[in-house]
Amino acid sequence: MTVISLIILLPIANALAIMLGAPARRSALLASWVQLALTLFAVLGYNRTVGGVQFGSSWSVAPEWGLSLRLGADGLSLIMLLLTALVTVAAIHASPRIEKREGLFFACILLIDAGAAGAFASFDLFFFYAFHELALIPTFLLIGLWGHGQRHAAAWRITIYLALGSIIVLVGLAKLYLAQNVALLPGHARTFDMIVMAKTPALIPAAAQGGIYIWLLIGFGILISLVPFHSWAPGAYASAPTPAAMLHAGVLKKFGLYGLLRVAVPLLPEGAKQWAHVLLVLLVLNILYIGLVTIAQKRLDTMLGYSSVMHMGYVFLGIAAGNAVGLSGAALLMLGHGLSIAALFAMAGHLRQSSPTLAFTDFGGIAKRAPFLGYAFGMAAFASIGLPGFANFSSEIMVFFGAFGSVPQPGTLSFSAIQIAVICGLWGVVISAVYMLRAFRKIFMGEDTGSAVVAEPKCDLRWAVIILLVALLIGGVWPKSYLSFIQPSVEAILAK
Amino acid sequence: MDTAKLFPWFILLNPLIAAVLILVATRKNHGLSAVISVGSAFFGLAAALCAWSLPEVHSAVQWIDFGSALQIPLGVKLDHLAKTMLLVVAGIGFLVHLYSTVYMEHDESKARFFGHLSLFMFSMLGIVLADNFAMMFIFWELVGVSSYLLIGHWFTRDSAGKAANKAFIMNRLGDFGFMLGILMLWAAFGTVGFDQMRGMVNDGSAMQIFRQNLPAGQFFIHAPLYLTVAVLLIFCGAMGKSAQFPLHTWLPDAMEGPTPVSALIHAATMVAAGVYMLARIAFLIEWSQAGEIIAWVGAITSILAALMATQQDDIKRVLAYSTLSQLGYMVMAAGLAPNAEGGPAMFHLFTHAFFKALLFLGAGAVIHALHHEQDIWKMGGLSKTMRVTTATFAIGTLALTGCPGLAGFFSKDAILLAAFGHNKALFGIGLATAFLTAFYMTRLFVVAFLGKHRSEAAHHGHDCPRAMTWPLVILAFLSILAAYGAVPHWFGIGHHEGAKIVPTLAILAFLAGSAVGWVLYSGAEKEPLSVPLLRNKFYFDEIYGAIVAGTQDVLAFIAAGMDAIVLLVVRAAGGMTLGLGYALRLFQVGNVQAYAFIFGLGVVGLIYFLVFR
Repeated sequence: MTVISLIILLPIANALAIMLGAPARRSALLASWVQLALTLFAVLGYNRTVGGVQFGSSWSVAPEWGLSLRLGADGLSLIMLLLTALVTVAAIHASPRIEKREGLFFACILLIDAGAAGAFASFDLFFFYAFHELALIPTFLLIGLWGHGQRHAAAWRITIYLALGSIIVLVGLAKLYLAQNVALLPGHARTFDMIVMAKTPALIPAAAQGGIYIWLLIGFGILISLVPFHSWAPGAYASAPTPAAMLHAGVLKKFGLYGLLRVAVPLLPEGAKQWAHVLLVLLVLNILYIGLVTIAQKRLDTMLGYSSVMHMGYVFLGIAAGNAVGLSGAALLMLGHGLSIAALFAMAGHLRQSSPTLAFTDFGGIAKRAPFLGYAFGMAAFASIGLPGFANFSSEIMVFFGAFGSVPQPGTLSFSAIQIAVICGLWGVVISAVYMLRAFRKIFMGEDTGSAVVAEPKCDLRWAVIILLVALLIGGVWPKSYLSFIQPSVEAILAK
Repeated sequence: MDTAKLFPWFILLNPLIAAVLILVATRKNHGLSAVISVGSAFFGLAAALCAWSLPEVHSAVQWIDFGSALQIPLGVKLDHLAKTMLLVVAGIGFLVHLYSTVYMEHDESKARFFGHLSLFMFSMLGIVLADNFAMMFIFWELVGVSSYLLIGHWFTRDSAGKAANKAFIMNRLGDFGFMLGILMLWAAFGTVGFDQMRGMVNDGSAMQIFRQNLPAGQFFIHAPLYLTVAVLLIFCGAMGKSAQFPLHTWLPDAMEGPTPVSALIHAATMVAAGVYMLARIAFLIEWSQAGEIIAWVGAITSILAALMATQQDDIKRVLAYSTLSQLGYMVMAAGLAPNAEGGPAMFHLFTHAFFKALLFLGAGAVIHALHHEQDIWKMGGLSKTMRVTTATFAIGTLALTGCPGLAGFFSKDAILLAAFGHNKALFGIGLATAFLTAFYMTRLFVVAFLGKHRSEAAHHGHDCPRAMTWPLVILAFLSILAAYGAVPHWFGIGHHEGAKIVPTLAILAFLAGSAVGWVLYSGAEKEPLSVPLLRNKFYFDEIYGAIVAGTQDVLAFIAAGMDAIVLLVVRAAGGMTLGLGYALRLFQVGNVQAYAFIFGLGVVGLIYFLVFR
């Protein structure tokens, strides 16, 4: 039993215990802290000089297909596991009082946590996918049962969209599995083992890559809210209960990006080149088009939802760069965005107690009455718009440098196309300042004339936010603390 | 790392420690917070003075390191240029901290104010000490955010919040160009370090390296054009920070912040950062063809702002437009006479910092004494009741207007001389600006300080406590003396020969402007001269408002509409194909089976692919 398998097993066991009658909130809190401790233990215990996948364990499930539960972690997985553990702790702290079916509520949160952690720690294509499915179902439940506003419509829409996205991913993965050039593999049999697959050069014939890549791009794209498959996200986040919005926007949504990094980038480089222009157009739409939509929002929750969609464009830009700088920037931005959006949703959840619709016009001058909230929200907001000092900046700057400097190859991205995408991305930085500062001014500045009376958050929520902000600051001030894990993994992904 | 290398890090981190300490630990204790902040400013000044006698120090660590693909160091460099700027920042910084202890005495958020002030000092020192573009950009943005916090200090006023937002967004607009310029230079040079770039330019290898790094068929085939565009984009950053036309509109609004902030940030330091940066990249301006355009932007700013200043009634706004105008001078000089030691631009920055800080702090003393009255037409006769303030303000006015013998005269003369040698049209604009400067400052002084009391508050005004007057006196001395002795040599300016015509004309402009101002305003009870175009600042705010409303807001509206339509289409499609009504009922009862079914669908799909394909 390795520490990684414990990290996944712990929340599942805890969810079962809660369903059997253990005190829900308290045991969930305990489990999440233990999980964070275990994750930190794994991070500190990871041998960076050796690198590669460590803490490996494997249980054979269907040997005739080469299917087995392979768990482990390399640097990139560890950073994603850290994100999962941090946001879970914060999400449970930020959970409101649950009146009905409290046990099921916390069991769902823990299952999302377990599913996300499992996906990030799986090195088997099947379980990588299955763990994500495991996490999706409780997400739908949380929105449908404990959501607010038009929760049923939102829950139904997110279910359709994400189920569709998952199925498209599944088709892509299945095609990938079937397209393997078995002659290159040990034992001459197809495998689900992602480590073996990544280590085998030219495993997927170049001609077949484009056809697989587009399935994965659209499927993962739906999960990540890539334009034009984004319309589930803002409504779902507006309706979701606070911890569900935090966990989905902060962690689970990153599964799609992680999948592209882990599967599409190393296995389908030719496919990526083939669709590079499509990706560039879509990601620019994500940044500029969604940025404009965000400006037009009049409620905090949908504004945050759209801004989260918009920032996915920058991660895609890093992936489109395709070099170590851009991909590492994308990975670090996944962490930075996850932490900052989780903090913002946590505080939006607190504000919702005073104004169910979260309309900007309901608020005014809150910072005077609630200075902590003002500072914390301000920090998270500035982090999300890429202010230096937070992980979002250090990662975005890497994305920009990586994309701007990506070396042109004959017959691939023409140099200028990706540079234009970078210019659009830089313009998006201006747009994000416009909407975020306006929201901050309307809610926290001005006279205290809003109809909503907001008190300082309780201790629980304060800790949740502080934890997230500290992790963001570490990545902004000294990005190497995360990069020293991300960078070697990304370089290994790129090395053939 | 030997101890000398730690010294610049100490200078940089000292105010950060104070800021964190105040904001995290002592926010409830106003007195202690002020002590911490002022103490750190004092250490900063002491360190800046010590640094003057030290040899050049450079220390760096790799912040982001991808080997040959990308290296972003975090480095501090204490060279000659940094040392002179350090004197300005730390010197004025300390005086403003001291002054603020009284000015902000009764503010209910005094601790927050001092915390943010220290945060600003940290950010500004970062710009001064940065040894590469990326690090300068980091602190550039941090200066933007600390300025945002200080402008918005009285955030319960709606106008303060709006002004803070405007400042930040205008700065980000400039930073859009700045970052793009950095990326372009990095792509060409393969480094972000100032020294490395300068080395390549100086030894002539730069063009060769450009050819290696920039693939043929780029946007710009000709490296000189590429370079010029990159430098102009970098200059956009300076246009934002130094509030150059057309990004100038945020600075007058920034006067919503407390007056000490206006003195420190929006007169002496932050807005000077753009000029400092132009001095840092003087070697690039010299090598490219961007200098001419930069100079024109500066000249246009200087004359437009001077014109706008002539019709303002708010004492701080007159000074704000005057700052814009003087910054225009500096930028013009930076474009005309790029000089690694700073040249006339940094020389004027140096002297201007003292007399403009003096004028702002003097204005603050007046505002403080008159219980937040800022309209000069409601002042008048202050010379009788506020003697120290009046005397020091007069010295500041004379220094700014270019009275011979005071510091401002010499530095302005250096700029005019540079313009005279390069471009007679720019020289003409500079001279006209000098005339206008003398005119509007005489107007301000005559209306606010001389004549009769025009309000009850003006009648009862009195000099402020010592912690506020002492900084005024010290700055008044510096405004006189700051251009004597070896000072011009610090900026690489020798004794100028010939061209006696330039100082002569400058003195004439000073005399003429002052005389016109005196004649028009002496004894005036109300504005004798009304020019709506200038009073309304050439309608820039209205024009920009219309542009934003006509483009961004319309586009945002259209985009949001499109997105709503997409949503409707999806909903309709979903409703038709999947039986929305039935599905909703599933959710209402919270039927887990529905989800299990969907999950099951996924598994079935997988099995289908595995087994039957």
